[in-house]
Amino acid sequence: MAEITARDVSSFSGTTRKQYWRDIHRLTPYLFLILPIALYCAWVIGPMFYSVWMSFTNADGISRQDYIGQANFRRLFNDDIFWTSLLNNFKWLIAFITFPIVAGLGLAILLNNDLPGTRFFKAGFFSPMVVSTVVIGLVWSWMYQPYGMINEVLSRLGRDAMPIGFLADPEIVNWAIIGAALWRQVGYVMLLYLAGLKNVDRTLVEASRVDGASSFQSFKDIVIPMLQPVTVIIVVISVIDALRSFDLVNIMTRGGPFNQSSVLAQMMYIEAFNNYNMGYGAAIATVLALISIVFIFAYLRRMLKDEMEY
Amino acid sequence: MASASVTSDPYVYRKRRNWKPLRIAFYYAFLIPLLLIWLVPIFMTLLTSVRSLDDITLNGPFSWPSSFEIENFSEAWSSGGLNRYMLNSFIITIPALIICLSLSSLAAFALARFTFKGNLIIYFTFVGGSLLPFQILMLPVYQLSNTLNLYDTYWALIIFHGAFQIGFCTFVLRNFIRTIPGEIFDAARIDGASEFRIYHQHVMPLSLPALAALATLEFTWIFNDYLWALILVQRDKLKPVTTGLASLRGEYIQAFNIQFAGTLIAVVPTVLLFIFLQRYFIQGLTMGSGK
Repeated sequence: MAEITARDVSSFSGTTRKQYWRDIHRLTPYLFLILPIALYCAWVIGPMFYSVWMSFTNADGISRQDYIGQANFRRLFNDDIFWTSLLNNFKWLIAFITFPIVAGLGLAILLNNDLPGTRFFKAGFFSPMVVSTVVIGLVWSWMYQPYGMINEVLSRLGRDAMPIGFLADPEIVNWAIIGAALWRQVGYVMLLYLAGLKNVDRTLVEASRVDGASSFQSFKDIVIPMLQPVTVIIVVISVIDALRSFDLVNIMTRGGPFNQSSVLAQMMYIEAFNNYNMGYGAAIATVLALISIVFIFAYLRRMLKDEMEY
Repeated sequence: MASASVTSDPYVYRKRRNWKPLRIAFYYAFLIPLLLIWLVPIFMTLLTSVRSLDDITLNGPFSWPSSFEIENFSEAWSSGGLNRYMLNSFIITIPALIICLSLSSLAAFALARFTFKGNLIIYFTFVGGSLLPFQILMLPVYQLSNTLNLYDTYWALIIFHGAFQIGFCTFVLRNFIRTIPGEIFDAARIDGASEFRIYHQHVMPLSLPALAALATLEFTWIFNDYLWALILVQRDKLKPVTTGLASLRGEYIQAFNIQFAGTLIAVVPTVLLFIFLQRYFIQGLTMGSGK
């Protein structure tokens, strides 16, 4: 950029008009980019680095913030809530890369045909993705109530015991919230697989069937390997989504009871915006971001490979 | 497969033809109940929203309504404040959508059509930024909004969403613009059109499908945002429908019928959008998954 500005200045003094226009032309992409980059840096990239800086300070939103070294991180690694939240995030992650991928792939394969009604089925399974997480949180909280729908169904099916406190039992609560999240996620994964299946060469599958492969064999040995690039992307996106989980936790339990359903995002929110431990909150955010960045880089590396082939 | 099955052997032929309808019957017999079970939460919301509280307490949550109170909806709409919250959601979503689409189309055009130093780095910064966990941005964005006197105004949310969504939109649009054949640009350049004119007279009309897909998707995302509304807006009369529903819930703690009536009102815009623009919505999502 600096080099271009220097050339530009020199072109003003003396060189031909044609030369001047060629140099201006080199500036064109930057002119297009200046506004979007400025806004993006001010509200996304800049804040990211500033958060990292804040995690080394004692910011509380009122008094002056001073550099306090790694104190926040030392405190964090001795905080039980941090380890609970991290473990819960890990459970979210495991759930997100298993059930929706199996169920989404299954649905995609079932719906990858042109029988009447498949469009309707696709829309139906995808519909939870269209409504906001607040709505899903409200509805599932109600279903999970001690005298709510799920307990009612269980007792009608013959379960004869105390109703299960899905959102009150520390052992269950995290999985209960994950259940609501999975309900939303399956349709999304299904759609991505449906898009991926369009690129699977049907003639290969049919050829294998003619050669005597069972439908399971041709699925396992031809369809699954051909879906591998899509699967990688789905796994990475699911991991990033799992690490982002906040809305449902905040709406359904606010991390309770006894922080047993807390995730890093919820813990950060409570520390930073309820307890005004902003430096500490920034430290939690930094750890969360570092974990995410590993996966973001994996995703970007894959994209870079595609770019090189282009 | 179909041509292979047409053999001279009449038995094989008949067998296959008879087998197919059965297979289709199994197909629907499996999928229809599965979908119905999958959508139980939605049916229950619909049913509960028209029941009276007495009916719910007396007959339990999982029974056919013995009451029909359409007033639940008007209660949620006016006393519950949904009318205000809905309006706020539109006031926030539409300008944010315009900001992010117009700016990202500028960036996408530059990244797709010019070779220059830093092109890929800028592109990857946009994509990487759009995948960050929100928590890493929360505190600085909150402070920046405070400093700029935007905190607790519509603009705090409009500008943040407008800026943050540039990342994803640039990603999708840049890849779309790259598929436009280069001859179109060369022809325009020979005609002496300026780059900006090429952008808005040639590239934008050709990018309409991608822009429509992004608009549908981004509308839903911004409209459904909860986290940023929680942090950047405090006053009740500025709340969008997501945080609005959360306050409605606080107001009508055990009145699930009112809560659910409010919930149903709140999802109308995005559900309508999805029903009518489903194709665009799905295109946007699949384009965004990196092809």
